[in-house]
Amino acid sequence: MDEQLCYAYAVVGSSAPPDLAGVRGVAGAPVTLVDSGAVAAAISAVPWEGFSEAALKVGLEDLEWLEATARAHHSVIETLAAHTTVLPLRLATVYLDEARVRQMLREREADFAALLDRLTDHVEWGVKVYAEVPPSSPSAPTAAPPPSEPAGADAGRAYLRRRRYQRQAREDAWRVAEEAVRRTEQQARGLAVERTRHRPQQGGLARVPGENVANDAYLVPRRLSEEFRTRMLHAADGLPGVRVDVTGPWAPYSFTASVAPGAAEGAGQR
Amino acid sequence: MTESEPAVPTTSRALSPYSQGPSGANLADILERVLDKGIVIVGDIKINLLDIELLTIKLRLLVASVDKAREIGIDWWEHDPALSSRASRSDGRRSLEEQNERLRAEVEELRRRIAETPAELSGSSPEDGRRPREARDTDREPPAEPRRRRRVSDDDREGEGTRAEQGARRARTAEGTRTSRPAGGTRRARDDEDRS
Repeated sequence: MDEQLCYAYAVVGSSAPPDLAGVRGVAGAPVTLVDSGAVAAAISAVPWEGFSEAALKVGLEDLEWLEATARAHHSVIETLAAHTTVLPLRLATVYLDEARVRQMLREREADFAALLDRLTDHVEWGVKVYAEVPPSSPSAPTAAPPPSEPAGADAGRAYLRRRRYQRQAREDAWRVAEEAVRRTEQQARGLAVERTRHRPQQGGLARVPGENVANDAYLVPRRLSEEFRTRMLHAADGLPGVRVDVTGPWAPYSFTASVAPGAAEGAGQR
Repeated sequence: MTESEPAVPTTSRALSPYSQGPSGANLADILERVLDKGIVIVGDIKINLLDIELLTIKLRLLVASVDKAREIGIDWWEHDPALSSRASRSDGRRSLEEQNERLRAEVEELRRRIAETPAELSGSSPEDGRRPREARDTDREPPAEPRRRRRVSDDDREGEGTRAEQGARRARTAEGTRTSRPAGGTRRARDDEDRS
């Protein structure tokens, strides 16, 4: 049975609808708008087999599915954001049909309209601070042993000396990183209107080198966007072993928590 | 020393929906936004947000880029049933999920026994009420036996060379991903102190 469901990506204002010709959604179907009053939702048809409760449960645990779906979802939101103010919905918000989407829009129209208003002409920037912290493990390949490794008791002393040196180096790196984070915060003042703190990205699998010590999202008026970006890129100038990565502009994903049912959802928000 | 990462989504602001921006954005950056942020509305298809929360915690431990990880030979999540539907259940350490399942089955079994008890008691004459119970307990023992035996054999298998090695390798990998945590935690804690 080829029953279809309705996948909702985002809420936009309905007064100046973006052109969605050629835009495809998570399952390859065209993205269209369903409107109700002042707001509209971007939706696309998805097959029941892939997006039923059971299928989603499986899919969300499957990294390949998750990556493909997340990128497709994000791609639709990016496209919308290029044209208009967007309220991104959480991944995998799925309805039975367009009528149900319309009903949801009707129920929340006031909330959505207020948030759209607040986010108009604002963009989100991601600012991540990385510290190049020396490895803590003495056996790590980067901790090159001195060329002539002494034997016996000397070896033990040399080992301890090396450990002490490494610990010191780590502490220094953290101190510098903290200073870098403080500077990004200072630089953001007067430009950003809001900040959300994401958890630092962790793990040896990180694509980029260094340890992520701060992972912030800032809401910035579009007209100040370039200045913000430039300031962030230079925030850590002169600080050794620290890197600031700036990503964006993003749709304001991180600043929609006020609509969430139950404020607890915005736990990461300050 | 500053290094700029090209602001990836910028390029995607071109009007073409097929611009390469999104595909180039860091998966971790995208996931933390589409899973963790964004408006939460419960649609008609209910997904347990708690599941997502757990999922993102797991993801946080492992990804910035899945491809990169595979490239350098780290793929332990593919063997973890809690992380991948493709993972074989018989492979590797028993996950919490499996333990949970087993415990649940046992609870179910115990419930069933309790539910049956009154019926069986009322069916027997009062004076030999004790005997049927004993008989029943021994009767019921065998069905429970295979499960117990399987558990033992699981443990045995874990003692075997290859499996033990696998376990150790996985444990090392997990440790590798975890080493960064205490430092991060300390920093955050200190950060909070500064703030207060």
